[in-house]
This record gives sequence, C-alpha cells and structure tokens, in this order.
Amino acid sequence: MKIMVAIKRVVDYAVKIRVKPDRTGVETQNVKMSMNPFCEIALEEALRIKESGLASEVVAVSMGPTQCVDTLRTGLAMGADRGIHVEAVGPLYPLSVAKILKALVEVEKPGLLLLGKQAIDDDCNQTGQMVAGLLNWPQGTFASKVVIDMEKQAITVDREVDDGLETLCLDLPAVITTDLRLNQPRYATLPNIMKAKSKAIKKFTPQELNVDVKPDLEVVEVTEPPKRKAGIILSSVDELIDKLKNEAHVI
Amino acid sequence: MINRTLFSALKRSILPSSTSQSQLLPSFSSTCRSASTLVLAEHDGGSINAASVSAIAAAGSLSKGSSISVLLAGSGPSLQEAAQHAASCHPSISQVLVADSDKFTYPLAEPWAQLVQLVQLRNGYSHVIAASGSFGKNILPRAAALLDVSPVTDVVAISESRQFVRPIYAGNALCTVRYTGADPCMLTVRSTSFPVTSRSAESTSNKSPISQVDLSTFGGDSVGKSRYVKHTSQEAERPDLGNARVVVTGGRGLKSAENFKMIEKLAGKLGAAVGATRAAVDAGFVPNDLQVGQTGKIVAPELYMAFGVSGAIQHLAGIRDSKVIVAVNKDADAPIFKVADYGLVGDLFDVIPELLEKLPENK
Repeated sequence: MKIMVAIKRVVDYAVKIRVKPDRTGVETQNVKMSMNPFCEIALEEALRIKESGLASEVVAVSMGPTQCVDTLRTGLAMGADRGIHVEAVGPLYPLSVAKILKALVEVEKPGLLLLGKQAIDDDCNQTGQMVAGLLNWPQGTFASKVVIDMEKQAITVDREVDDGLETLCLDLPAVITTDLRLNQPRYATLPNIMKAKSKAIKKFTPQELNVDVKPDLEVVEVTEPPKRKAGIILSSVDELIDKLKNEAHVI
Repeated sequence: MINRTLFSALKRSILPSSTSQSQLLPSFSSTCRSASTLVLAEHDGGSINAASVSAIAAAGSLSKGSSISVLLAGSGPSLQEAAQHAASCHPSISQVLVADSDKFTYPLAEPWAQLVQLVQLRNGYSHVIAASGSFGKNILPRAAALLDVSPVTDVVAISESRQFVRPIYAGNALCTVRYTGADPCMLTVRSTSFPVTSRSAESTSNKSPISQVDLSTFGGDSVGKSRYVKHTSQEAERPDLGNARVVVTGGRGLKSAENFKMIEKLAGKLGAAVGATRAAVDAGFVPNDLQVGQTGKIVAPELYMAFGVSGAIQHLAGIRDSKVIVAVNKDADAPIFKVADYGLVGDLFDVIPELLEKLPENK
C-alpha cells in the first residue's frame, strides 16, 4: 500500500503574527515558516505505518508557491520517500486543495490519504473532509489512534469528538485527518537532511492536473481582534473574592 | 406565514416524484433564494443540543423573515422525540425535516453528507449552517465538496447574508470573507458568538410542522464504507464546557492528576465546568475533551479562572471572549496576565485551598 500525506507550509506556530497595515492579510515576509504541526503528525503516522511493514511508500505532497519545496524537503528528511509539489500562485482555499489532492490520488493511487485536521493559519478544518467527499472515500477525522488491518482492508480510528472518543471502522482506501494526540513527530537528523536532498520532488501545475483553482471566496479585510483592557494584579485571595463579588458580579 | 405554506406545499409537490423535480426546482429556488436556510442539527437523548440551537439563532440573524428548516437524522423514537423538541425550540423555525433510517443511527459523515446533498438539490436553500463542534466540522465540509462550494468555518459574526467574520491564526486576526459562489452558502458557526436568549428559548407555544424526508432516492453510495464501533466518554456531572457560565482551568502547574482534583473541587463549589490546557492533557492529568484552545474547545463564560496556566497563544485562542478572566500563577511574567482582568501572583497550592475555604457555596 502506498500512503499519500498532504503537508502545508505555514507561519511557525510560535510566531506572534502581525496584521498588515493595509488590512489585506497577515505579514508573511521575513517571518519564520514551518510545516503545519498537524501535518507533521500526519507524516509521522505515515512513516510509522511504513515502518511497521504495512506500507511500501510514503509520498508527501504540498501545493502553493515555490517555497513549499522547503517544506517538502523537511518531510523527505523526516523519512518520506518522495515529494510532489503542485505550484500555484494566489490564494488556494480548501476546495481547490481538495480537488488537486483528488487529481493526485488518481495519478498515484494511494491506499490511504493522511492530512492534518487543520492548518494553524486559516484554521479551516475542511480539506480532509472535502477530499474524502470528492473521492467518495470514508473519512476518519480528528484521529488520535489508527490501527490498520490489511487482511480485512480496513482501518480502525479513534476520533476526538466533543464529548470523548469515538471509534469507527473504515474500509480502505480512506482519508484520515490527525489530531494532536496521535503521535509525537520525530526530528530530522543531519544525515537524513543530507539524504533528503537527493530525493525526487515531482512538479505539477493545477492546469496539468485539470483542476480549476478559481476561488469562490474573497477576503474583504483582515483586522486585529479587539484588545482586552489591561487588568489588575491583586495581592490576596480576599481581594480576589471581593472583586469577583462586588466589582465583576460573577460569583 | 404565506411563505411557509407555499414552501411546504411546494415541497410536498416536489417530494413524491423525482422526475418532476428538475422542472420544479428552478422556479422554487428563485422564489426562496434570498431567504431559506437549512440548519443541520445534532441530537442526543431526545432533544437537540445547545450548540444546534445557537446555529438556529445564527440562521435567524442571516436575514429577517427568512425561512429556517432544521434537518435531523437518526433512527427510532429518540429521533422523533428530538424532532418534537426542535419544532418548538426557537421561534424562527419554519419547519423540521426528519430523516429516519438505520443508515443514520450514528452521525457518520458519509450518509449525512449525502443526505445534505439530497435535501439541498430538492429544496435549493440559500444557506446551510451547522454549529462548529466535532459534528458540524466533520460533516459540513464533506457535504460542501459534494455540492462543489467552499464552506466558511467557525463564523463569529454575520455582517451581510454572504459576508462573515471568522478568526484566523488562533484568533490573533479576524478575517472578513465574502462568499461569491453558487448556492448554497455553507458555514459552521461558533456557538459562543450566537447566544440563545432565554426569551427565544421559552417560545414553546410556537410549534413548527415536522415532515419526513423522502429517502426513496437516497443513493448513499459511500454508506457502509464506515461503521460505528463505540463511543467512550467521561461521566459528565459538571456543566458542559462549551456552555458553562463559569470555567475553572488547570495547566501544567498542577503537576499531577491527583492535584488536578483540587480544580475539580473548586469547580464543584462554583458550579463550574472544568477545562485544561494542552500541557495538562498531554501529561495525562485529564482526558482530551477538556482541552480549551485553538485545537480544543472555544469557551466564552462569564468567569474564566486559570490556575497554573502560562497563557500560550494556542490556549488564549480558546478563552479570549470570556467576560472576566482570572489568572493565578507564580510566574509574574506569564503571558496569561496580559489578558487577565484579575491576576494573583502566587502558588496555586496555597491559593486554591484558601479559595475553597472562603468562597461562598454556589450551586
């Protein structure tokens, strides 16, 4: 079985973002970019499945500007066998990404498609569900545990839902999106980073895949959220109880 | 009222025959274009949940006088009971649609998305809305892909019927987006941003009609590819985290699952829900469904009390709309103090027992 993993290049999770003064978006020039943390978890899971002998190959795919190749290299250094970069300019919303992924699935014919549950920049939490719908594959979203049974061609997924955990059994091929609890991603070692440089990254454009990426959404403006007004530091529990009771009236 | 009658009359005439559907559909959808919303509702134990009622409230604020249909799916008596509840839970509901089949016994995304597609193709709604809990986030994007439209996630404000505000970058920026595609415009809404007023919740006298969805043409070609196995949840004796008036949260500073019991005790005294940071969940102090933040639950209680919580960006994403934030931390430089209304620099192992002793009983 081949596994395909979709990875996204985003502003690093630890960066304090700045909204551009012209309100068109968030500043991404000269800002540290990294692989989306949920995508790292998806890739780690794919690698573990391969290491357990249940998969033959892990293909990492990413779409967007040229710099996505750096993110793919990181994925290759973690252990992915090869990469695919779909070069696209302009905004790519989850619907377009899902259509591109569907086209790539038709080229590569993986038995499992892994994605993160959401990207930490747009916070959409849509792409995995959408590509599963387009492919008519079953979906296991927000996965915290994944067990594959090759004999039955099925995958058991524990999902993090609002009120606990839900276990589903899906027929392969399937789409899985990963939650934080699934695993602890590995670091790429220096020798693996060197090795990754010689791994292949194939290039496509959306046009070559016959995907129309014309968006049906437009960003009107991006603004800073309202600031909370500065609070006060109290000196004792008694003072706290007094404030909550007589000033804030919440207890 | 006229609209509603027309709506159900048209619906009835459309439902029985699938061949006449395509001819009737254009005129039908044009009459209702500006004003028909479908709300996907989640139900449990014979009633629809609070988040779904918030989604109905959001649908009501889309445009005045719009007709709102609520879609419920499931099987058996508890579904019919939930439909009765849905019919009277909000004054702006025009009708309740019920899909009763063992294909919907569990809320799986595959049959649900196809159901939404079926109902949309029949009735041509202008908007489809769900609450952005794990149910809505799982189902709505899949349905949107089947309908070839871009959904909008986690809407916190509706500025026009197709223009919405949603947080991005863990709530560190607000993005206003306009949907420019074909019908329907699909969104999930953050329930804390669309509170249900007690006045509208009380309107039990207004009962909207309930009709069964004709499932004879339901193909469900991806149904059966996923099967429900089991559900595990903690016994929840506390108020639901998403809707609680008071939330008490513990972080890494609690040091152990044993110590975390102090948080639970304090919550008990305040009638509060218990929350946790990712650090506390990862360390195994509490189960993951208590996690508050960008990737966990978003809360907006009247009072949020954080003990031993540093205040990472990802955690603040889940609490910034709380009315009053209290932080107790021994590190005076912890970022949580930048958003707290009342801060107390001190050891939580001293502060919590003192609070337990001095707080008035509140149930």
